[in-house]
Amino acid sequence: MTDYKKPLPYVHAETKPYWDAAKRHELLVRRCRACGRHHFYPRDFCPSCFSFDVEWVRASGRGAIYSFTVCHRAAQGFEADVPYNLVLVDLDEGVRVMSTVVGCPNDDLKIGMPVEVVFDDVTPEVTLPKFRPAALPE
Amino acid sequence: MGGITRKTAIAGVGESDLGYTPDKTFLQLIAQATDRALDDAGLAKNDIDGFFSAGWLTMESIMVAEYLGIRPSYSDSTMPGGSAFEFHVQHAAAAISAGLCETALICYAETRLSDHKRRMAMNFVSGAPQEPEEQFETPYGCWVPIPTYALAAQRHMHQYGTTVAQLAEIAVAARKWAALNPLASMRDPLSIEDVLASPMMSTPLRLRDCCLVSDGGGAVILTSAERARDLRKKPVLVLGCGEAHTHRGISGMPDLTVSPAKLSGERAFRMAGLSPSDIDVLELYDSFTITVLLQLEDLGFCPKGEGGRFVEGQRLAPDGACPTNTSGGGLSYLHTGMFGIFLLIEAARQLRGECGGRQVARAKRALCNGIGGSLASSGTVVLGTD
Ligand SMILES: [Zn+2]
Repeated sequence: MTDYKKPLPYVHAETKPYWDAAKRHELLVRRCRACGRHHFYPRDFCPSCFSFDVEWVRASGRGAIYSFTVCHRAAQGFEADVPYNLVLVDLDEGVRVMSTVVGCPNDDLKIGMPVEVVFDDVTPEVTLPKFRPAALPE
Repeated sequence: MGGITRKTAIAGVGESDLGYTPDKTFLQLIAQATDRALDDAGLAKNDIDGFFSAGWLTMESIMVAEYLGIRPSYSDSTMPGGSAFEFHVQHAAAAISAGLCETALICYAETRLSDHKRRMAMNFVSGAPQEPEEQFETPYGCWVPIPTYALAAQRHMHQYGTTVAQLAEIAVAARKWAALNPLASMRDPLSIEDVLASPMMSTPLRLRDCCLVSDGGGAVILTSAERARDLRKKPVLVLGCGEAHTHRGISGMPDLTVSPAKLSGERAFRMAGLSPSDIDVLELYDSFTITVLLQLEDLGFCPKGEGGRFVEGQRLAPDGACPTNTSGGGLSYLHTGMFGIFLLIEAARQLRGECGGRQVARAKRALCNGIGGSLASSGTVVLGTD
């Protein structure tokens, strides 16, 4: 039982390993064995070279904010969160993902800000990868 | 690529009742617009053998054709969002040039404002659960289109120093054009300060950076240039067309500061054998102020990154050096969901010299650019009088 009212991802075979990994608090991305490129969202093939020889690899979980917006008009289910942020994060692996940044006031969000993945177990079945400001590298 | 330039022409244009039409369905509006476009061209419905339509419903094009009593021999329902009708012009020009049809109708309507008031509004993204956007964007609270365009605006401001006041210039110029258009919804004066004081929607975009929500539809009739010369109105020749799409969800957009208008524009100019300096009037898709700014850069009217400075000093306004969105655009005339049809209608009328108080003097060449989805698709059409 859950009272989570926001939209949840519909998981199918092509993307199930991604969501299963998120539940284990791991971020997986697809990598092409033929051309070496990573891609996102996950497909069974490489959208660059169209090889079907693709593997799942564990991403570093680190990246930087490519762009962000603070939504003052809510998507359905997000009414209580307004204003909330949406970000596009460029992961160190070279792929871009949409997410949200937690643990940082919206006013402090900046393009280029280093972030790292955190995992939000929103329901017993689903975990959403989110991001927080990263500690600077030692 | 030059095979279809100057072979076809817009022979008729028309729009339905506009604004708020709670007593009419979208089908009634399409019939109205079609009737007016046929009358404009001096053609009859039975002259139409090519049928082009785009909408959000399942198999909408065959529904619309049945409603109108049209049984086309050539049919196209390409649906890349608001740019659909610019795509249709290229496809119709190709089909007519190849002899696959002789007279093409491009038609469309929506009742988005009435549907909203009736609480029957549809989502832009239909929300089939297998869609990547539904799986990887929607769970974070993303919706289309305001936040997705806001992400592009924020990135452009970061990368090039574009300011919110520069974006506001675009809304202010549109309002000045609308004041000259008796059919426009929003005609009261608007200042940059008004735009910057309007409610925040999704940073950095405020209410007046965003298009209106309206009811309405339009129709455009194309035929061969040869046949168009014998019809009622001065032919508006199709000089060049281009189309492109690069992604669906905003997270798949290769570079948020470059729209696919770069690709469609290059294709259209190449086909026309023209360059931006040859264009007298621009009709650009203005779902948002940022949409216009990106198109100005991507179509080559200014270098990449200089769109903000380019629009300063009301360059796009009446009396400005670059007359743009002369109807008042989606920002102040109306926006039914897919504005691209109205770009073509306004451009044709400008080139015929029918625009009264908002007529651009000596307008001989016009560029229309439609944008669909989250800066996902772009269709460019260059039109001219000779
Ligand atoms: Zn590959």
